[in-house]
Amino acid sequence: MSYPETYRYTKEHEWVHLDGDHAKIGITEHAQHELGDIVFVDLPKAGSKVAKGQTFGSVESVKAVSEIYAPVSGEVVEPNSLLSQRPERLNEDPHGEAWLIKVKVATPGEINDLMSAADYQRYVGAE
Amino acid sequence: MVDFGGWEMPVQYSGIIEEHNAVRNAVGLFDVSHMGEIEIHGPEALKLVEYVSTNSASKLKIGQAHYSALLYEHGGFVDDILVHKVAEDSFFLCVNASNQEKDFEHICQHNRFDAAVDLASDRYAQLAIQGPRALATLQKLTTTDLNAIKYYWFTDGIVAGSSTRIARTGYSGEDGFEIYFEPAEAARIWKKVLEAGEEFGLKPCGLGARNTLRLEAKMALYGHELSASVNPFEADLGWIVKMEKGEFVGRSALERALQQGIARKLAGFEMTERGIGRDGYEIWMNGDPVGWVTSGGPSPTLNKNIGLCYLPADRIAPGVNLQILIRNAPVSAVTVPTPFYKRAKA
Repeated sequence: MSYPETYRYTKEHEWVHLDGDHAKIGITEHAQHELGDIVFVDLPKAGSKVAKGQTFGSVESVKAVSEIYAPVSGEVVEPNSLLSQRPERLNEDPHGEAWLIKVKVATPGEINDLMSAADYQRYVGAE
Repeated sequence: MVDFGGWEMPVQYSGIIEEHNAVRNAVGLFDVSHMGEIEIHGPEALKLVEYVSTNSASKLKIGQAHYSALLYEHGGFVDDILVHKVAEDSFFLCVNASNQEKDFEHICQHNRFDAAVDLASDRYAQLAIQGPRALATLQKLTTTDLNAIKYYWFTDGIVAGSSTRIARTGYSGEDGFEIYFEPAEAARIWKKVLEAGEEFGLKPCGLGARNTLRLEAKMALYGHELSASVNPFEADLGWIVKMEKGEFVGRSALERALQQGIARKLAGFEMTERGIGRDGYEIWMNGDPVGWVTSGGPSPTLNKNIGLCYLPADRIAPGVNLQILIRNAPVSAVTVPTPFYKRAKA
């Protein structure tokens, strides 16, 4: 599985793709695989605040609920409405179409302590 | 893989929904070797089984099995079990993995009869073959006429060359078999069943699918619906309690409970808003906490979010509106009839 080079990754298996002061946030291929069949995604509304390291929503598979943590702080611009109707898309395209939220980032420098694609692959390989 | 009482067990192989659907529509294979086995032998084996379990073992014929319970004196569950009558003086109990030592000690503690109790789990591996094509799959590996084994009966035979106890029992809500044999044969027989079932679309299944299947069929799971603080009437398992059979451990507590009235009961619910009521979540009604979810999750067969819960006994009729507290937010659900899923009679 390939992890996009332009994304940064957390130890909790989220990714963030920064573009100027806007970012897309999602969960990784590794995370969707571990969760199994995803049946429900709970996301914050546009306008709500997320804080780095704090939970902002949850992803439920058939077997369990997992919290999702914000890799950066900011204000939600858009939750991905696709996932309310088709949560299974998270299993199929977690790095692409099935992103979770778009955020206006407060401090873009916050992503600097996150893992690169290569680091993340080593991290999940060793887990 | 999850560590389950020292056993490494897969939660899933190809995916819970795919495995679940294989069992409903074709056949699934489960490794349930973690389950415990207890053997009771001797001239007074029947008396001991009758005394420590709630169902009426004296009604069993040789080759017949039933669902039953071990209770504490106070009426709560030690465990829920399957009792197989092997001979007039020999019974074979299948018990929950994590309860086996406790069950064994409990039975021994009440053994004032001429009977020997043996914790035999190390001598048995167990596979479950479940689904409408379970019979066709297993029949390829044995000369025993499986059609002649009725539901909740068993026989000893040869499967893939090994001595095997073949029981027509299961925990999926489908027709199927649970087979017991020597652990050394487990890997080989597992492969044989996989091959035999291939033409029918057999899938190996993990603990995840086992849980969604049993939940749809409203089969209880110890640690969820059943515990030391719940009695069989509360758990809607009055049918496995034979009060008229005479003295048994827990009987007087159950008698008192019946006199006082059963205050809470197990009920089924389905979510009417977006959200999934999971195990342990609180249930509220008109601003008051009234109960809790024992098992909850998505139902792959019904495509709804379902669950079981304890509620005040006067609120369990279908159609009662509930609020389930999901991460501190109340989400609407409604009580529904159970089981959620029942297979069509063949």
